[in-house]
Order: sequence, then structure tokens, then C-alpha cells
Amino acid sequence: MPEIGLNHFLVLSAILFSLGLFGIMTRRNAVVVLMGVELILNAANLNLVAFSKFNGTMSGVMFSMFGIILAAAEAAVALAIVLNIYARFKTVDIGEIDTMRE
Amino acid sequence: METVSFILFSFLGALVMVGSIGTVWSRNPVTSALFLVLNFFALGGIYLLLEAQFIAVVQVIVYAGAIMVLFLFTIMLLNLDDEQALKEKFDLQKGFGILLGGVLLVEVLYILGLKINLPQKSTTLTPVEIGEAKNIGRELITNFLFPFEIVSILLLLAVVGAIVLAKKNFSPNT
Repeated sequence: MPEIGLNHFLVLSAILFSLGLFGIMTRRNAVVVLMGVELILNAANLNLVAFSKFNGTMSGVMFSMFGIILAAAEAAVALAIVLNIYARFKTVDIGEIDTMRE
Repeated sequence: METVSFILFSFLGALVMVGSIGTVWSRNPVTSALFLVLNFFALGGIYLLLEAQFIAVVQVIVYAGAIMVLFLFTIMLLNLDDEQALKEKFDLQKGFGILLGGVLLVEVLYILGLKINLPQKSTTLTPVEIGEAKNIGRELITNFLFPFEIVSILLLLAVVGAIVLAKKNFSPNT
């Protein structure tokens, strides 16, 4: 059995990031797009915590905590915006909301 | 010990991947949200494997607790179930999404494959001490006092912003 090193966690984080990016690029539902953003933030947090452990410093853990707080604030505001978009356009399809483009 | 941690890592990593693939792939937003919960819990386990106990607990409480309740609440409020006819077809956008995600993944994996040795910093802290709530709290009010205060202002702004956005009526005829 190979020993679990830093690279294992970095690869997992890269996969998580790519899946989040894929979700943001392809999904049309605004709520699911926000879930993709959460996946990307999670990938960043995993990176920070892994670096913190294998480097022996506190900074990574601290910054990942700030990242979690940021994600909470972002989710609250973004979902309020989605609620408003639904009230205004009666849809959350981000392809249909193109008022600013016209 | 190493065997146990390898098995745990494989299991939790597989759960993380299943959760994230399910999140971006499933058509029903409620299913997406539930897969995201699975993803968050598995990531909490991975944080425990990294000996970051406090972050693991915060991950489960804040992500799997608070943020997922927000998401599910929004989905239920919007009643998106009757909107499954949302055009999730395979078009140019999806192709670009697969291309961009794939290219980025290959790039990152290639860079990781180069096996660059990261500098090891010697500290007095053991890995277990890094994740302890005591040390995180002490660090928070000494070295990270300024970011801590800024984050508190950010949270206040987020609360005020969310309330303003939720209460104000942006309907077209006003």
C-alpha cells in the first residue's frame, strides 16, 4: 500500500476543481451553477489544508477557515439574488436572462 | 496504520468524486443538492485524515448544515421541480465545458506529475497541534487579527445584503 502524500490530496483537489468548472460551464440552472462554485471553493480549501499539514504551518488551516466563511457569505447573497431573478423573470435559466446583453 | 489511511483515503476520495459528479450531472436540482451533501461529508472525513479536526467540524456544520439548508430552501421556494424541462441539451456550451474542464485537469495533473519537491518548513508544531481548535483560536487573535476583523465585517455585509435583496421588490413595473 503506498503512503498517502501531498500529491494524492492535490490530485483529488484538481479533480474536484475541474468538475466544479464543468458544472459552471454546462448547467443552465442558476442554483446548480452556484453549487459548482461551492465545489471549486471546496477544492481550494482542500489544497490549503493539505499544504498546511505537509508544510507544518498554521497559515493553510487559517485561510481555509476564511474560505469557508467566504463561501457562506457568498451563498447567502447569491441565493438572495437568484430569488430576485426568479421573481423578476419567472425562470432561473441563465441562458434566458439576457436583458443586459440586448 | 498506513494501510488503514490508504483505504480510508481511497474510500473517501471515491465518495467525494461520486458526490461531485452527481452534483454536476443529475438533472433534478434537489438530487444535485443531496449529492453535494454527500460530497461535503466525505470532504469532512478527508480533513480528519489530514488531522485538521477543527476544519472538519466546521466543514460539516457550515457547509453540510447551513449552506445546504440555504440551497434546499431556495430550491423548494422556487418550486423547480416543474422546471425540469430546462433545456439541458448537449450543445456548443456543453462541449466547451467538457473541453475546458478536461484541459485544466490534464494540465494540473501534468504539473503534479513533475513531482516538484515543496520546501519543508520545520516548526515546533506537530501535525495534530495544527488542527487543534486551541491553536487556531490563538492564531486567530494574534497573527490573523486583521483578516479576522475584515471577515467579521464581510459577514455583516452579507447579512445586510441578503436581507436587502430579499425584501426589496425588483419587479418590472416599479
